[in-house]
Amino acid sequence: MAQNTYDAIVIGSGISGGWAAKELTEKGLKTIMLERGKNIEHIKDYVNATKGIWQFPHRGGRTQEMIKDYPVLRRDYPLNEMNLDWWVDEKESPYTETKRFDWFRGYHVGGRSLLWGRQSYRWSDLQFEANAKDGIAIDWPIRYKDIEPWYTYAEKFAGINGGKDGLPQLPDGYFMPAMEMNCVEKDVAARINEHYKTKRMIMGRSANITQPIQERVNCQYRNKCWLGCPFGGYFSTQSSTLPAAMKTGNLTVRPWSIVTKILYDKDTKKATGVEILDAETNKTYQYFAKIIFLNASTFNSAWILMNSATDIWPDGLGSSSGELGHNVMDHHLGVGASGMVDGYDDKYYYGRRPNGIYIPQYRNILGDKRDYIRGFGYQGGASREGWSRNIAEMQLGGDFKDALAEPGPWTMGIGGFGEILPYHENKVTLDKNKKDKWGLNVLAFDAEWKENERKMRIDMKNDAIEMLEAAGVKNVTGFTGDGTMGRGIHEMGTARMGKDPKTSVLNKWNQVWDAQNVFVTDGAFMVSSNCCNPSLTYMAMTARAADHAVSELKKGNI
Amino acid sequence: MKRREAVQYISLLVGGTIVGGTAFLSGCKSKTGVSMTFTDADISLLNEIANTILPDTKTPGAKAAKVGQFMTVMVNDCYEAPDQKMFHEGLVKIDEASKDKNGKSFMESTPQQRHDLLVDLDTKVKDYNNKINEYINSLTPDQRTQMKIQQDFTGSDPLADKRRQNPVYYFQMMKELTLLGYFTSEIGCTQAMRYVERPGSYNGDLPYKKGDKAFA
Repeated sequence: MAQNTYDAIVIGSGISGGWAAKELTEKGLKTIMLERGKNIEHIKDYVNATKGIWQFPHRGGRTQEMIKDYPVLRRDYPLNEMNLDWWVDEKESPYTETKRFDWFRGYHVGGRSLLWGRQSYRWSDLQFEANAKDGIAIDWPIRYKDIEPWYTYAEKFAGINGGKDGLPQLPDGYFMPAMEMNCVEKDVAARINEHYKTKRMIMGRSANITQPIQERVNCQYRNKCWLGCPFGGYFSTQSSTLPAAMKTGNLTVRPWSIVTKILYDKDTKKATGVEILDAETNKTYQYFAKIIFLNASTFNSAWILMNSATDIWPDGLGSSSGELGHNVMDHHLGVGASGMVDGYDDKYYYGRRPNGIYIPQYRNILGDKRDYIRGFGYQGGASREGWSRNIAEMQLGGDFKDALAEPGPWTMGIGGFGEILPYHENKVTLDKNKKDKWGLNVLAFDAEWKENERKMRIDMKNDAIEMLEAAGVKNVTGFTGDGTMGRGIHEMGTARMGKDPKTSVLNKWNQVWDAQNVFVTDGAFMVSSNCCNPSLTYMAMTARAADHAVSELKKGNI
Repeated sequence: MKRREAVQYISLLVGGTIVGGTAFLSGCKSKTGVSMTFTDADISLLNEIANTILPDTKTPGAKAAKVGQFMTVMVNDCYEAPDQKMFHEGLVKIDEASKDKNGKSFMESTPQQRHDLLVDLDTKVKDYNNKINEYINSLTPDQRTQMKIQQDFTGSDPLADKRRQNPVYYFQMMKELTLLGYFTSEIGCTQAMRYVERPGSYNGDLPYKKGDKAFA
């Protein structure tokens, strides 16, 4: 094979990029995976994973210098000293906020598959059909039957724990044994489900393995996932897809490789390869392949398309429909409720469980109708208060210290994740007036949620209060906090799939209509956002698209 | 609005999101002439204050856990300038309060005198914070949401100015840092509480009796 020529190029090494690399290499394709950031090696580079909190100078917190250097990351929990260098350097990689958008990124091998929350849920046809039923945006070009075998395929490999709940809006998957609710969660769930005469609260389903898979050891209940797991207890590129791809002997990984454009041949109407800028040396290189998988994460994939084939389409490859960069979605958060649980003084828990309860969508489905469309889910759990709690009758001294060293009363809380509709006007564009460290134009974000989401958030808070009170939780208070777009860290849209090249960027196989050997299988392909965590859907659709890609390649169609 | 929601907006900082000052201020003097560096005497005093709040019981107290030193790191690295200044001034004010109450400096006072003094200061902090609670209660839900949004966006506490008007705010800072410093220290985690680096399993129905320590 000529130098720099491969069968396949994978752009990005996160949740979906790692899957693309695994699938393509396992099907025999010599593949190069281009990652814009540094390498992070499984286990060896998890330098903070086993430290006690006292080993961090600020006990895991944030300094004023960090607050100054990370004006975006500081807006939420990700700014902390334990894994700071796994979050993007904002001075190197700025962006423009036409409207505020909290964009939390990981530019390194593994991307946010090292950092993610691991909640893993299937979509059902109730969600795939929603756009068509509501007359919103465009119809999904697929239904549950198209993705179902790929959900199973992805779950089997990744290892998803969960219970068979039999809910039409949240299909059961191929599961490892579920993690356990604690005693308070069990009782709260039972009371809620009795009150509403339906299975509303279930145990969460997460990508932590409860049984070993090959070299991966089952979750050890340390709840330090985002520092890297020395046991491989959760799904990440490092623990799962990368080792599988490396085993084939077909994968080359090139870190520090910023893809600046896809190379396009207008005569064959196919991509021929990519051009990269080496992030360390600033040198330019080109790589060539028959198939390209674009998994740079939603907005970066859009950015790459916008910068490609601009001699033919000024707004970039895939822009012919006018939808490239549009229909930005996320989940809106920051709404929920919590309260105190009486009793259970003689109960506690052992182990730090990296999972909680889940309440799947129940609004606007199965006969329910509200003054907004779509719905929301909740994550949450019960725990006993710790040393930072207030003890009314004690202020200081030995008894105070000893009391704080014991667990306090039980509390229960739930926080909502709400669907954001695909609004055409929610978009990202290139800001040609601002450049990043490498002289590349940055993205400008112009997206916000609107009236439908605002109305939904009223229910999200009130329902949470009502549910907890129905469960006998006391002193229940609701909260409505910051729901700015981006904080869900579930970025979707900008290159949606569809049935018609006039209204979509990709076809039902994730192929760019205008370059059918380019597949986009990260969050960019999403047509609507549902309310549940999307990564499992990316995994399944990546495997499905890779299967189609190789099949088409063998038939000579691409 | 109920108390718990207010507490969400007040409690902050003992989770490590302390808003603090810029490092360059250490070594400077504030406008009142109060030094912005911590001397060995300062650290000794902070250790004694912390040890009064969390003394030795069957488990070592805050001084054994070197909480005094930890507090200086947090003030230097994590506090905003006005809070750093108030904290340093607090080291002087606590001695003034001690002399007012029993004619001796904090270090010269007996353990009981120290305890009683800090209870006085803590009571003043609680009373003041009840007023802040009332203020938060008086806001509309939209105003509280806007405050949360501002807090998140800036990384800074929108109620900071109100808090700093408490004449004994320095003690609130000292107590918060004491609790944080102790219960995230090695002694705090492994002796006062139980720490298992690798639990290996989960039991959500663990029997518990009074006196059993929390898991760190």
